[in-house]
Amino acid sequence: MKKSVYINSVGSVSAQKTFDDGFLENIEQRSDTVLAVVAPNYKDYIPPAAARRMAKGIKMSTVSAKNAMQGAGVDENEIDAIIVGTGLGCIGDSEKFVSDIIDNNEQFLTPTRFIQSSHNTVAGQIALGIGCKGYNFTYVHSAVSFESAVLDAKMQLEQNEARTILVGGVDELVDHHVSTHRLIGHIKEEPVDTMSVLKSGTSGAVFSEGAHFFVLSNQKRTSCYAELMALKTFNTLSPGQLGDNVGNFLKEQGLTEKAIDLIVLGYNGDVEFDGYYDILAKGPFSETPQAYFKHLSGEFDTASGFGFWVANKILKHQRIPDPVKLNDLHRVTFETVLIYNQYRGENHSLMLLKKC
Amino acid sequence: MSELKQELKEKIIEQLNLEDVAVDEIQDNDPLFGEGLGLDSIDALELIVMLDKDYGIKLADPKEGRKIFESVQTMAAYIEENRSR
Repeated sequence: MKKSVYINSVGSVSAQKTFDDGFLENIEQRSDTVLAVVAPNYKDYIPPAAARRMAKGIKMSTVSAKNAMQGAGVDENEIDAIIVGTGLGCIGDSEKFVSDIIDNNEQFLTPTRFIQSSHNTVAGQIALGIGCKGYNFTYVHSAVSFESAVLDAKMQLEQNEARTILVGGVDELVDHHVSTHRLIGHIKEEPVDTMSVLKSGTSGAVFSEGAHFFVLSNQKRTSCYAELMALKTFNTLSPGQLGDNVGNFLKEQGLTEKAIDLIVLGYNGDVEFDGYYDILAKGPFSETPQAYFKHLSGEFDTASGFGFWVANKILKHQRIPDPVKLNDLHRVTFETVLIYNQYRGENHSLMLLKKC
Repeated sequence: MSELKQELKEKIIEQLNLEDVAVDEIQDNDPLFGEGLGLDSIDALELIVMLDKDYGIKLADPKEGRKIFESVQTMAAYIEENRSR
């Protein structure tokens, strides 16, 4: 028999001040096309000797992972596995390493950037930091990288192959990556105010970065935020197929659209692709409380980790912060939350959470 | 020689990301490894590459590094004697 999977704690470093216990009480309102994270004081979390070789993504992840572990009250030796999703890994050091190869005519390559230039550096560094010799895996799959990591954890916990897993998603912003995406029009040309992203009426998104980690377990702790009911990803999905696929996803869980107390949507203000979200928001979920999050987190391959963080927080605190409300509908209690995300019409994901 | 020592201190801080260390905190004879700056084996590799790239010195025998990288003083003396650029 499958075991239930609980999200026992959350950790986040994002473009909002999310590294503490708060829940979007004070929003960082900016007008930009690229948003860097609101960084914690890394020295509070990482010894300077260790931090000096850490790329930004590793630092963000270390803080996020430590907060998640602390939140769940789990010791380092209780973590059976570490699973991370990332679109680009430590792209900053990858860029520097490749630049060094070109600039120095394939000579004088230094080890530090090489060590950090792989996608699985974050999972590896966290494992080294906590002495975890268990399963260590990194999923790299564009906008469903985080979901792929969560799905792996979910299956292992259901089968009791592991009891407690640290799962996360991370991506960092770096100059070359940003300039490339500006060139191809994936980043908005004009700055947009945080709370006006959906009204921008332009194509492209506001890019950002972040690290979101969660302690998943098949044993519910007092710190529990939610139960992970189901998760499904789709590499391709046409607008016409979306509604039916969402309906089927819920049906497999014995639910209908009406049973959903809140839908969290990954709107990023890109007029070319936000139509996918409209299909659900103005269709089967038009009478459902709705929330959105990418105006606060910005867009990046693992931005759905922020959406997952928001959904978990809502279920735990039983309130929707005003800045993420998409409509004024309300429920007395929030029992079931559906998260839907996609990026540029590809790599769609559905995650279903239940109050625990 | 004093200019070279100053240059080395700046390079060590920059290339090894010693964010919390200032140039004037590194004394010429402070040990770089162990109790001094606390550098490790990866740093040693970074320093070997730096010698090659910036001063044209290739260390044929990595064991030589133990003496050369003892301190900024020993590094500067070795570079003065062996540099090709």
